[in-house]
Amino acid sequence: MNFKHKFVFLLPGLIVLIGILIFPIIFTVRLSLSGWNSYNPGLDFVGIKNYIRLFTDDPRFWESFFRLSFLAITTVFLQYIIGFFLAHVVWKDIKFKRFFRVLFLIPMMTTPVIMTVIWRTFFHESLGPLNDFLSIFGVQPQWLSSPGLAKISIIVVEVWQWTSFMFLLLLAGLLSLPKEPFLAASIDGASPFKKFMYVTFPLMAPISIGAIIIRLIEASKIMDTVFVLTSGGPGTATETSSFYIFIKGLREFQMGYAATMSFTYLIIMIISLTIIAKVLTKVLMKE
Amino acid sequence: MKLKTFVSTLASVLLIGSQVAYADKWSDQFPHIAATGDIPGMCSYEETSKKDYSGRTLTINTHAIPVMGEPTALHAEQFEKLTGAKVEVTHTPAGDLYSKAMVPFQSGQAPYDIVFGFSNFINDWKRYLAPVPQKYVDQMTDVTASHIAIASWGDTMYQYPVDGDRHYLKYRKDVIDNPEMQAKYKADTGNELRVPQTWKEYAEMATYFNGWDWDGDGEPEYGSAEVMKKDDLMYAAFYSRSAAYSKNPRTPGGFFFDLETMTPLINNPGFVEALTDWVEAVNFVPPGGINFGLGDEINSFGGGQTLFSFSWDDAFVAAMQDDSAIKNQVGAAQLPGADKVWNRETNSWEDGFNQAPFFVWGWAVGVAGKSDNKDMAFDYLCFFANGANHQADIGIGRFGVNPFMEEDFKADVWTAIGWDAQVAQEYVDTLADMEKSTNRVFPLRVPGTFEFNSALATGTAKALAGQLSPQEALDEVAAEWTAILDRVGADNVRDAYAVGVAMEDNEL
Repeated sequence: MNFKHKFVFLLPGLIVLIGILIFPIIFTVRLSLSGWNSYNPGLDFVGIKNYIRLFTDDPRFWESFFRLSFLAITTVFLQYIIGFFLAHVVWKDIKFKRFFRVLFLIPMMTTPVIMTVIWRTFFHESLGPLNDFLSIFGVQPQWLSSPGLAKISIIVVEVWQWTSFMFLLLLAGLLSLPKEPFLAASIDGASPFKKFMYVTFPLMAPISIGAIIIRLIEASKIMDTVFVLTSGGPGTATETSSFYIFIKGLREFQMGYAATMSFTYLIIMIISLTIIAKVLTKVLMKE
Repeated sequence: MKLKTFVSTLASVLLIGSQVAYADKWSDQFPHIAATGDIPGMCSYEETSKKDYSGRTLTINTHAIPVMGEPTALHAEQFEKLTGAKVEVTHTPAGDLYSKAMVPFQSGQAPYDIVFGFSNFINDWKRYLAPVPQKYVDQMTDVTASHIAIASWGDTMYQYPVDGDRHYLKYRKDVIDNPEMQAKYKADTGNELRVPQTWKEYAEMATYFNGWDWDGDGEPEYGSAEVMKKDDLMYAAFYSRSAAYSKNPRTPGGFFFDLETMTPLINNPGFVEALTDWVEAVNFVPPGGINFGLGDEINSFGGGQTLFSFSWDDAFVAAMQDDSAIKNQVGAAQLPGADKVWNRETNSWEDGFNQAPFFVWGWAVGVAGKSDNKDMAFDYLCFFANGANHQADIGIGRFGVNPFMEEDFKADVWTAIGWDAQVAQEYVDTLADMEKSTNRVFPLRVPGTFEFNSALATGTAKALAGQLSPQEALDEVAAEWTAILDRVGADNVRDAYAVGVAMEDNEL
């Protein structure tokens, strides 16, 4: 087969790749160099003016980025701990194992926006069932009105919704582990705790890294929960990068500037996730 | 002579009789207009039924249900039955109406024949909208002059009038006018319990009536329900609170900017005083009130949860519906004033009572210039706002359709749907007095309106959440407004803003 034939076979895939991946990125870069907004539509060329604005005159973007980092790391850490625990529980031979496996997957199968609306009702300070119950004890926390509690509310919803995904990946990992190391540990008289620490956990390291990275990528795009639950409020207390970009792009219609933020954000995420993956590999695989 | 009178009377009776029969025919099929039946006109049920749009599809982007979204869908369904057209209605949250139309506008497409938004979008949208054909403008004989003006830019009408909005005060009459409550309030505070004249009085009363069961329903009530949720029209609530402190009738030439220099005035002491009041208001709204959007405000006041509210008509009308527990127990009044007003020329406070109504104007709707169905689209809008639909719509609070026709300012219209005569009179007097005021504030209608309002919402939301002091928050907003002016061009903004300033200064 000569070169031309190979190229013909590659062509459909290449066209799809260019169409759905390369073109949008190139267009975003071009858009980021324009001043496209509501009163000046079109791809004019403003050079790196938008990038200068982003790096020198927009603390709100960076605040939202650090807030996002906090929310993403916290939620994924909690999802990993809880997901691993649940996967470990149903990995063993317990009663109603199948029932629990399906039960733990239900949150992931629900529609995030709908579930967040339900959570918002649940957290509603004057009409919600949670405060109705807590009022028995004389407390009525401001779940969505206090900057600190609003962040916790988002974390709760995210953990509830996506722990299932972590559970699924980790359970699949546990089910694929070889039996021999566990038999050897049992013969050596290892306790369940030691078996977990010295056999299960190290063997699960590659799967754990994959699951954490996948979830971090997803969590870094957190938008629907914030949009429905708090709209970024109170104030800007729960505003994340994607929500801020959404406001600038699709609310204020600063398309050029929103593209600048999107592209910068993409670069930051690629770099930081690469570093995180390397650090996790180094720490977990070493053990 | 007698014969002539008899014949004339007979003719009148026959004419009225024929109209009643005519009305019954349509109200049987469309119970929505049961109270009035069809009302003759260019776009009545009768006339619309003569159109044949079979095989054609009309697409509409409107607000989420219920506010404006529900009447859009209802009239779409009626229009389908009458004309044979297929009408596809898309519902969009308030914050996304602007971009949902702008994206296709700017890319030269028309996925929606009709787009709903707010009247202050007109400057950004007008170049993409089809002018309203003269035959429709000519039949708008009952629409108030101010609403014809707001739907137009220069001599061309771009937005079809379907709504007329203004912010005013709503209060619980059964508390404020109650002699026992008045005596109790006097004994406890030393002050008179009356319709609040100033925002300070408003705060004192709202604080007093916050967190206890003053209507005996077994649930605690609260002081005030306000739109405080960021990006959910909160900027309009802030302008309402600011007008009394910052709109000085003796300093013409701009409320938001100094028209001459285009310096933002948003961080002057008048606005800061208003924001300081608003931050205090966080203490007397219901739990979670800091996250109240318009729908929450309507439900809260309309459901009897608070003593006061101010914003659009919807909460008031909701409270006056037949299914309301507080029907005929609410009152309307102009927005509270202030005991002082900022003079930006002398840079000092002027003592003395000042009051300034804020005209929000409200919902607006236009037809895309690139639409292939302009004829059908304008017929739909004309049908939407026909006499019978309008009469029925304004009586349903959640619909968000508010008075903009001369007829709406007559108390009879409201007593006919079960309002107490005194409440109805107070309501129409409040609206009429605002129309007559010479110290009014109108919304920004300049290029980049959304950016200015979004910056204000962010700044004020930070102050309400305690992230910044009122002065810091408004300094941040002023800096952002200056940056927006640099991007848009101060002259571009000035040209558009001058139109609004001329209206505020009573020059138009």
